[in-house]
Amino acid sequence: MITSLAEAIKANVKDGDTVALEGFTHLIPFAAGHEIIRQGRRDLTLVRMTPDVLYDQLIGMGVARKLIFSWGGNPGVGSLHRFRDAVEHDWPQPLELEEHSHAGMANRYVAGASGLPFAVLRGYSGTDLPAHTKNVARIACPFTGEMLTAVAALQPDVTIIHAQRADRQGNVQLWGITGVQREAVLAAERAVVTVEEIVDRLEPLPGAVVLPAWVLSAVVEVPGGAHPSYAHGYSTRDNAFYQAWDSISRDRSQFLSWMQDQVLGVADSQLEGSSA
Amino acid sequence: MSSLSWTPNEIMTIAAARQLADADVCFVGIGLPSTAANVARRTHAPNLVLIYESGTIGAKPRTLPLSIGDGELATTADAVVSVPEIFNYWLQAGRVDVGFLGAAEIDRGGDINTTVIGPYDHPQVRLPGAGGAPEIAASCGRVIVVIRQSARTFVDRVAFRTSLGERVSTVITDLGELRPNPAGELLLTRVHPGVDVATVRAATGWGLTVSDALDETAPPTTEELEVLRKLELTQGQVV
Repeated sequence: MITSLAEAIKANVKDGDTVALEGFTHLIPFAAGHEIIRQGRRDLTLVRMTPDVLYDQLIGMGVARKLIFSWGGNPGVGSLHRFRDAVEHDWPQPLELEEHSHAGMANRYVAGASGLPFAVLRGYSGTDLPAHTKNVARIACPFTGEMLTAVAALQPDVTIIHAQRADRQGNVQLWGITGVQREAVLAAERAVVTVEEIVDRLEPLPGAVVLPAWVLSAVVEVPGGAHPSYAHGYSTRDNAFYQAWDSISRDRSQFLSWMQDQVLGVADSQLEGSSA
Repeated sequence: MSSLSWTPNEIMTIAAARQLADADVCFVGIGLPSTAANVARRTHAPNLVLIYESGTIGAKPRTLPLSIGDGELATTADAVVSVPEIFNYWLQAGRVDVGFLGAAEIDRGGDINTTVIGPYDHPQVRLPGAGGAPEIAASCGRVIVVIRQSARTFVDRVAFRTSLGERVSTVITDLGELRPNPAGELLLTRVHPGVDVATVRAATGWGLTVSDALDETAPPTTEELEVLRKLELTQGQVV
C-alpha cells in the first residue's frame, strides 16, 4: 500500500493505459507525472478536465496517443505550446483529441464512480462539440419527455491524484479545492495517491474528502509533489513558474533541454520521500 | 493629473464591471471577466457573489487570482464544493444570475468560439477548448462577454460553435458595447470616449448595425481606475 513513487507507477501504469492525473489547479500530481515520463510509458490515453503544464510536459515527451479533456491551457497565462504543437504539427507525434465541456467531463466521472453507463445533464445543446465525439447523445426524460444530454461514463484504468496527507494504513485526506478527484478515483480501476506527509492519525477537518485505503492501490509520500501547483495548508501556487513555462515550452529544443535537466536527469532515489 | 487618461483595456474592464449589479450572483471566467468582476465588487457592487468553476462560492479574493483555483479563492470563499457539485447543483439548477465569459471569436448572433481557428481536424490555431462555457452560456440568467474587438475576433459566423449566444445580453469590447436586437443580432449600442463608429465598423467582420439610441460610455472615474490598477498589480500574489 505505502510504497515508493517508482514502484507505484511501475505497478499501476502500463503502456496503452487510460490514465487520469486529476487536480483542478490545486493538488496536481506533478511528481507522479514526471515519474511516468522517466519510466518511458507510451501510447497512454490521458484524461483530465483541465490539462495544464503537467500534460504539456507529458504530451511534449511523447507519452500520449490520445487526450480526453475539456480545457487545455495555462490558466491566466495563455496557450500550452507543446499541446498546440502536437495538435497543429503532430510533434513529437499525432495526438488524438476527444473533448467535452467541464460539466460533461465532471458528469462522465460521476457516472464512472457510480457504476452507471452514463450520466444525464442539460448541456452541449446547440454546440458543435457532440459532432466530434460518440460519447455525447440526446436522450428523452422517461417521465417528462424533456430532451436532455447523456454522456458516457469515464472509467480510467488508473487515476493518480495528490493529497495533503495519509495515515500509516493508507487512508487519504485532502481539502481546499478538491475538484473532481473523489469521482476520478472511484471511477478508476486502480488509484495512486501521492501525499505531502504520512501521519499517525488523520485529524478530522471540515469539508475534507477522505478516501479509505481499501479503494486505493498505492500511497506514496512525496513532499512538494504538486509543485508548481500547490497543496493547501502546505504550499502556495508557484504562479511565477506557470508564467515562466510560457517561454520554456515555446521552443522544442529548449523544452527538451529543460525536461532533461529537471525531470529525466533526476533519479527516483534523489526524490524526497521515495524510500517511504 | 488634471485630466484622466486610460488604456483601451482599462475602459473595457471598467465598462464590463459596470454591467454587474450589487446583488448579482456571477459565475466568473478567468482573465478579463475575473478582473472586471473584482473591480465591481470593490466599487459599486460590494455584495456581488463571485462563483469560480473550481467550486469556490462567494470568493472575496484580496489579490487578483491568476487561475480559477488559486488558494486565495478557497481561503476567502463562503463555501468550497466539488466540481460536479458546482456545475450540477449551482449552475445547471439555475442559481446563477450572470455568466461572465471571454472568447477568441464571437459572431453576429453572439455565438462563441474558444475551440479552434480553421478546420477542426487540422486547425491553424488550437485554442484551449470549452471549459465551463457551454453550460455557463446556457444556464445563467444572462451572459456578458468581454473580448477585444477586431475583424479577426468579430466574425460573421464562428468557425466552431463552442457556446450558444442565445442568452448573451451584452458584449463589452475595447471599443464599445453591443447588445442583441429582438432577432438576436448584435448591434452597436455604445462607443467608448474618443472611439468613432467607423473604427468599430472596421473592427467588425460583418455589416454592423448601429443602434438608433447609440450612446457613449461614461469615462472611467478616478476611483475605478485606481481600484483596477491596484488590483492588477496584485495578480497572482499570495496574501
